[in-house]
Amino acid sequence: MSLKRSEVEKIAHLARLAMSKDELDAVTGDLSNILDLVAQMEEADTGGVEPMAHPLHMAQRLRADEVTEEDRREQFQAIAPLTEAGLYLVPRVIE
Amino acid sequence: MRSQSISALAQSLRAGEFSSVELTREYLDRIAALNPQLNSYITVCEESALQEAELADRRIRGGDAGLLAGIPIAHKDIFCSEGVRTSCGSRMLDNFIAPYDAHVVSRFREAGAVMLGKTNMDEFAMGSSNETSYYGAVRNPWHPERVAGGSSGGSAAAVAAGLCVAATGTDTGGSIRQPAAFCGITGLKPTYGRVSRFGMIAFASSLDQGGPMTRSAEDAALMLEVMAGFDERDSTSAEQPVADYRAALEQDLKGLRIGVPKEYMDAALDEEIAASVQLALDEYVRLGAELVEISLPNTHLAVPTYYVVAPAECSSNLSRFDGVRYGYRCREPKDLEDLYKRSRGEGFGQEVKRRIMIGTYALSAGYYDAYYLKAQKLRHRISDDFRAAFEKVDLIMGPTAPSTAFGLGEKADDPVNMYLCDIYTIAANLAGLPGMSIPVRPVDGMPVGLQLIGNYFDEGRLLNAAHRLQQESNWHLATPVTSE
Repeated sequence: MSLKRSEVEKIAHLARLAMSKDELDAVTGDLSNILDLVAQMEEADTGGVEPMAHPLHMAQRLRADEVTEEDRREQFQAIAPLTEAGLYLVPRVIE
Repeated sequence: MRSQSISALAQSLRAGEFSSVELTREYLDRIAALNPQLNSYITVCEESALQEAELADRRIRGGDAGLLAGIPIAHKDIFCSEGVRTSCGSRMLDNFIAPYDAHVVSRFREAGAVMLGKTNMDEFAMGSSNETSYYGAVRNPWHPERVAGGSSGGSAAAVAAGLCVAATGTDTGGSIRQPAAFCGITGLKPTYGRVSRFGMIAFASSLDQGGPMTRSAEDAALMLEVMAGFDERDSTSAEQPVADYRAALEQDLKGLRIGVPKEYMDAALDEEIAASVQLALDEYVRLGAELVEISLPNTHLAVPTYYVVAPAECSSNLSRFDGVRYGYRCREPKDLEDLYKRSRGEGFGQEVKRRIMIGTYALSAGYYDAYYLKAQKLRHRISDDFRAAFEKVDLIMGPTAPSTAFGLGEKADDPVNMYLCDIYTIAANLAGLPGMSIPVRPVDGMPVGLQLIGNYFDEGRLLNAAHRLQQESNWHLATPVTSE
């Protein structure tokens, strides 16, 4: 299956990945080859087969709805790229 | 280099033959001498390792030492370690000092182990050669121009070259077993849920599992005893009690039924690797086991299925790396979207980007049923193959990898060819089963792995079978010649 360059650009946008022209050229071929590998799935009959989401078919364990985390904001923000007054800073979103 | 088992070293430490500080210093010296060439460590924790060793020595003298007191080990750099850089082999986390310990790391601390450092790995554990690491490839201790395998290549090379006593690894599609095979060591991927994933940086959450990488099955049993067990901080942690792995080691193999999948031993397998695997199987027959030919008819679908499930989960898991809260941030972003896109575009390497994009595509509107849903159904069929097989046999055995360690750069430009390296290991991850690789007769001086796959939570039997073979043979004792 061969992907068009425009499709690859759209995927890169959806994945929020900035890529150079050269990178996009290279990855277009790579992704098409990977999808060819994946296409082998099509021949297999999966009629009546349940999808498997968990290897041991277990349901997610639930816990009581209680606060268990302690406040570690200072520690966690010490490794952040940019903070101010306990907030994470990003470029202005609303003018 | 030292060849003693963990329990022999622990006994010597307790007997006062040498101290943990002396032992740790010995390993640090060896790392300083050999790591520049092997590149198996990303970070060496000299200062804290010596402090931990001193503490262990005091505890040993005081008589309240843990199971691994004073034993120098290494952690794959995917496990968060408080106060120490945890890079996951990526530029994205090159500046990330973990603010807490992974469950596995804290278990080893409680057991008294000394952390020598953090080992090299494929970026975010995505790779089969350790060549996708931001910190460069690991060299195979058996041959400087060959890869160490991946993604836990640093741990495998460090154990093989004697740069630590034992190490941790993680395995999503073969990342413990394949590098163990390539470097001639013992590697165990436990049942999904057996070892907590808390603090283990996520790649594909329904497949990821941590496990030990060691010089013998006996060491692996001890390491797994420390790592395994329920942890409420991992929502998929198994509540199953932990078996006594050390007690299981010595059991007799008389009557053990070993299934040999005809799809693994077919004409496509390299003849010499097939002969090495057969030699080990013959040894099992001599030990009283019985070989049964079995079929895993969906084997050929494991790699295609995996390359939908794993990228889909990775695209979701890696969306957390956005340049806002931690990790790499691009310079002078012009707006929020630019911040996201350039931080991710510059912070991730090629293979990680490829997998994020495949996953994004497979999960995008209109494609979900054709890819993700189809893959989940095939996953069911692949695991049903194993379920049927385990009604007839106790263990499954075959090759770990289709070749010995290949040359550096040989497959780096061909992702699909690289993916096929994991053709024999991926199915166990899809099914959630425990798998192991142990060294058997080398081919042209390069290590070969025998893969053992067990039933759910049957790690004890895997370790037992591996240990008995290691008592009857000396393949696992071979060590590479490394010059200091």
